[in-house]
Amino acid sequence: MELLDLALVWAFIIGFGVIMYVLMDGFDLGVGILFPFAPSEQDRDIMMNSVAPVWDGNETWLVLGGAGLLGAFPLVYSILLPALYIGVFLMLAGLIFRGIAFEFRFKARGSRYLWNWAFAGGSTVAAFAQGVVVGTYIEGYETANGVFTGGALDWLTPFTVLTGLGLLAGYALLGSTWLIMKTEGRLQEWAYKITLPLLAAVLVVFGIISVWTPFIDDMVRERWFSNLSIIWVLPALTLLCAFQIFRTVRNRFEGMPFVATMGLFITAYLGLIVSRWPYLVPPNYTLWDAASAYDSQLFLLIGLLIVIPIVLAYTAWTYWVFRGKVRAGEGYH
Amino acid sequence: MELDPLILSRIQFAFVVSFHAIFPVFTIGLASYIAVLEGLAFKTKNPVWMKLSSFWTTVFAVVFGMGVVSGIVMSFQFGTNWSNFSQASANFLGPMLSYEVITAFFLEAAFLGVLLFGRDRVPPGVHLFAAIMVATGTFISSFWILSANSWMQTPAGTELRDGIFYVTSWTEAIFNPSFQFRFAHKVIASFLTGGFVVAGVSAWYLLKGREVEANRKALSMCLWLLLILAPTQLVVGDFHGLNTLEHQPTKVAAMEGNWETSRNVPLLLFAIPDQENQTNLFEIGVPGLASLILTHQWDGEIPGLKEVAVEEQPPVGIVFWSFRIMVGLGLLMILVAITGLVLRSGDRYWRTGWFLQTLRFMSVAPFIAVLTGWFVTEFGRAPWLVYGMMTQAESVTPSLTGGMALFTLIGYVVVYSLVFSAGVYYLMRVLYEGMESAQHEPDIQSERPKRPMSAAHTSFELHDSNEQPTKQGGH
Ligand code: HDD
Ligand code: HEM
Ligand code: HEM
Repeated sequence: MELLDLALVWAFIIGFGVIMYVLMDGFDLGVGILFPFAPSEQDRDIMMNSVAPVWDGNETWLVLGGAGLLGAFPLVYSILLPALYIGVFLMLAGLIFRGIAFEFRFKARGSRYLWNWAFAGGSTVAAFAQGVVVGTYIEGYETANGVFTGGALDWLTPFTVLTGLGLLAGYALLGSTWLIMKTEGRLQEWAYKITLPLLAAVLVVFGIISVWTPFIDDMVRERWFSNLSIIWVLPALTLLCAFQIFRTVRNRFEGMPFVATMGLFITAYLGLIVSRWPYLVPPNYTLWDAASAYDSQLFLLIGLLIVIPIVLAYTAWTYWVFRGKVRAGEGYH
Repeated sequence: MELDPLILSRIQFAFVVSFHAIFPVFTIGLASYIAVLEGLAFKTKNPVWMKLSSFWTTVFAVVFGMGVVSGIVMSFQFGTNWSNFSQASANFLGPMLSYEVITAFFLEAAFLGVLLFGRDRVPPGVHLFAAIMVATGTFISSFWILSANSWMQTPAGTELRDGIFYVTSWTEAIFNPSFQFRFAHKVIASFLTGGFVVAGVSAWYLLKGREVEANRKALSMCLWLLLILAPTQLVVGDFHGLNTLEHQPTKVAAMEGNWETSRNVPLLLFAIPDQENQTNLFEIGVPGLASLILTHQWDGEIPGLKEVAVEEQPPVGIVFWSFRIMVGLGLLMILVAITGLVLRSGDRYWRTGWFLQTLRFMSVAPFIAVLTGWFVTEFGRAPWLVYGMMTQAESVTPSLTGGMALFTLIGYVVVYSLVFSAGVYYLMRVLYEGMESAQHEPDIQSERPKRPMSAAHTSFELHDSNEQPTKQGGH
C-alpha cells in the first residue's frame, strides 16, 4: 500500500535541512567566534554588519530542523533533546544572548563591551554545543524502549569535547572565509592571515576525530574497512577542498576560499552520514524505526514540496538585495 | 526534600510560554495596524499616516525581536521536558509545527526585513505588500499553533493506539471542536491588545501635548476599533464558554466554582474555593445567573467538580480567579470604549484629562486579560495534557531529574530577566523619544535589514540617537 519509502525521502530532506543550517548559520556564528580577536572596534562593526542582514533567516532553519524532526522522526526528537538536556539549554541561552546583542550593540556606548561579550560568548557556546551534538551522535545514546535512559551529563565526554572544539574551529573557518568575501582592506587582510592557521586547526581536530571514531564503534570500523572502498573518496575530497582553501588563500582569491570551505563541510558531513547510515539514533534505531506515521509524513511532505521552493525564492531575493562588500562608515556623524 | 521534575517542568513551561505569549499577542495586533497605516499612507499620501507608521514600526521591531528569541526556546521545550508527550502526539503536532515554520516564520522573517529597512529601497507598493505579508504571517502562525493547542483541549480526528496518536482525519483534527472559538477569541484579543496599547500611548502623548495631530487621529481610530471589538469579545467568549461546557465540563465547573451538579446555579462574584474540603468559603453570588448564562435557562443544569475524582480536578482557585480577572477586564474594556463614544460629542475624547489617564493605565489590561485567559484554558485542562487521554504525569521526560529541571528553570529565569529588562528599558526609551525622532529620515545606506530591533534609531543610552558607526554598503 505504501508506494514510496517516505522515511527515506524524509531522511534526505532532514539531511538537507541540517547541512543548510550548518552552512548558513555556521558562517555567522563563526563571525561571532572571531569577534574578540578582530583588529579594532571599527572592524567589529563591519563584521557584525556583514552578517546582520541574514542571521535571523538562517536561524529559522534551526527551528525547521526541530519541528521537522518532530514531524518526520519523532523518536530522534524525543531521545536527543532529553539526552542533551543541559546542552540544549546552553545552546539556546547562547543563541538568545547573541541574537539580542545584534540589536543592542549598536545602540550602546558605555555598555558596548558587554554586548561584544554577549555576541562572542553566545556564538561560541552555541557552536560548541552543536559540535557536542555531533560527538554524541557518533558515540550513540543509551536507550531502552524508545526513551533515553542515560544521565544528565552523559553528553560530556573527552570525545564530545573534541568534536565541540572541531565545530568551533570549523565555524570560525567559515566565518573567516566569509569575511574574505564580504570585506576589504585591513579587515580582509586579517581574515586572510587567520584563515590558514584556522584551516590547520580544523584539519588536526578532524584528523584526530577520524582516527578516534573507528575505535568507538565496531560498526563504523567495519563500514570503513569493509570492501566498500569507494567511500574513501569522501576523505579524499575533504583533503582536496582543504588544499583548495590553502591554494586560493595563498593566491588571494576572494570568493573561492568560502566556497571551498563549504565543500569541506559537505564532504565531512557526508562522511559522517555514511559512517552511521541508516542509524538515526545510534546504536539502536534506524531511520525506519524513528519515523512517524506514513500518513503524517505524507501530509507534511506535500506542503513542503509546494512551499519550500517559494521560501527559497524569497530568501534568495533578500540575499540579492543586500549583496556586495560591506564597508566602514563614511557618512556617519 | 525530593525535587519533583514534573512540578518543576510545569513551572518552567508555564514561565517560558507565558513569557513568549505576551509578545505575539501584541505583534499580531500591531502588524495589522501597521499594514492599515501603510495602506492609508499609500492611498492618501497624507504624511501623518507615514509618521504614525514609522513610529509604530519602530516599536514593532523591538517587540517582534523578543517574540522571536523566546519562541525559539518554545520549539525545543516539548522535546526537552515533555518527551513522552512529543513521542505520543508527534503524528499530529509535528506536521502542525512544521507547517507553522514553513508557511509563517519564513514569511515573517523575510518580509520583516523589507518592512523595517526597505522603505527607501523598494517602491511604496512593494513596501505596503511587505507590511501585509508580515501581518498575514502572524495570522498563519496563530492558525497552526492554536489548532495544535485546541487539539490538546478537545482532541478529535485521531485515535490512540499503543500509546501513540494516529491521525484518522486531518480536517477533523485541525478544525477540532474548540478551534474556531479559540482562534476568534485570540485574534480579537490580539486586536484589543494592539488597540489599547496604541490608545494608551497616544493618550500619554496627548497629555504631554506632543504631536497632537497624529496622536488624535490614532486615538480616534483606536476608539472606534475598540468600540466594536470589546463587546464582540464578550459574545465570542460566551460562545467559547458554551462550547467548553460541552467538551470540558470540569473546566467550566472550575471556572464557576461549582462543586455539585445542580440547577439554578448562582454566578459567583466572590468566593474562595477550598479544594481540600471540596467547597467554597465566603460566597457572594447572583442567584441563577450562571445557569442562565451557560444554558440560557434560569434552572439549567450545570455540572459540578465532584463529578470527577479529586485527583482529576484542576486547581480550582487559579481557574476561578483567572476567569474573573479576564472577564472583569473585558467588561472594563467595554465601559472604556463606550465612554470614548460618549466623549466624542463635543470632540472631548482627546482633551479630557481623566479619560486619557484611564487609557494610559488600560494599556496593560489586555496583557493581563490574555495571560489570565490562558491560565483558565491551561490550568483548567489539568491534570490532562491531551484532554481525557494523556495526563501531564505521563508526558514528562522519563530521564529528567529534579536537579536538571531546577537548573534550567533557574537558568531561564535569569536569562529572561536580563535580556528582557534590557528590551523593556529600550522600548521605554523608544516611546519616550516618540514620533519626533521616528520622523528623522535614516541614511539609506545604513540600513541593515532583518534585524528586528535595529530599525529603531533610538540609542540604548540617552543622547546618542543617531550614532551608527558603520554602514552596510554594496552600491
Ligand atoms: C497566537 C499566537 C501564538 C502562540 C499561542 C504561540 N506563538 Fe510562537 N510566535 C507567534 C505566535 C504565537 C508569532 C506572532 O508568529 C511570533 C511572535 C514574534 C515572531 O517572530 O513570530 C512567534 C514566534 C515564535 C518562534 C520564532 C519564529 C522565528 O524564528 O521567526 C517560534 C519558534 C515559536 N513562536 C514557537 C511557538 C511555540 C512552540 C508555541 C507554543 C507553545 C508558541 N510559539 C505559541
Ligand atoms: C501562548 C499562550 C499560552 C500560555 C500563556 C500558556 C500557559 C500555560 C500554563 C500557565 C500552563 C501550566 C498549566 C499547569 O501547569 O497546570 C501551560 C501548560 C501547557 N501548555 Fe500552554 N499556554 C499557551 C499556549 C500553549 C500552546 C499553543 C501549546 C501547544 C501547542 C501549549 C502547550 C502546553 C503544554 C504541553 C502544557 C503542559 C505543561 C504544563 O503543564 O506546564 N500551550 N500552558
Ligand atoms: C468579556 C468577556 C469574556 C468572556 C466571557 C471570555 C470567555 C473565555 C473563556 C470561556 C475562555 C476559556 C475557554 C476554554 O479554555 O475552553 C477564555 C479564554 C481566553 N480568553 Fe477570554 N473571555 C472574555 C474576555 C477576554 C478578553 C478581554 C481577553 C483579552 C484581551 C481574553 C483573552 C482570552 C485568552 C487569550 C484566552 C485563552 C485562549 C483561549 O482558550 O481562547 N478574554 N475566555
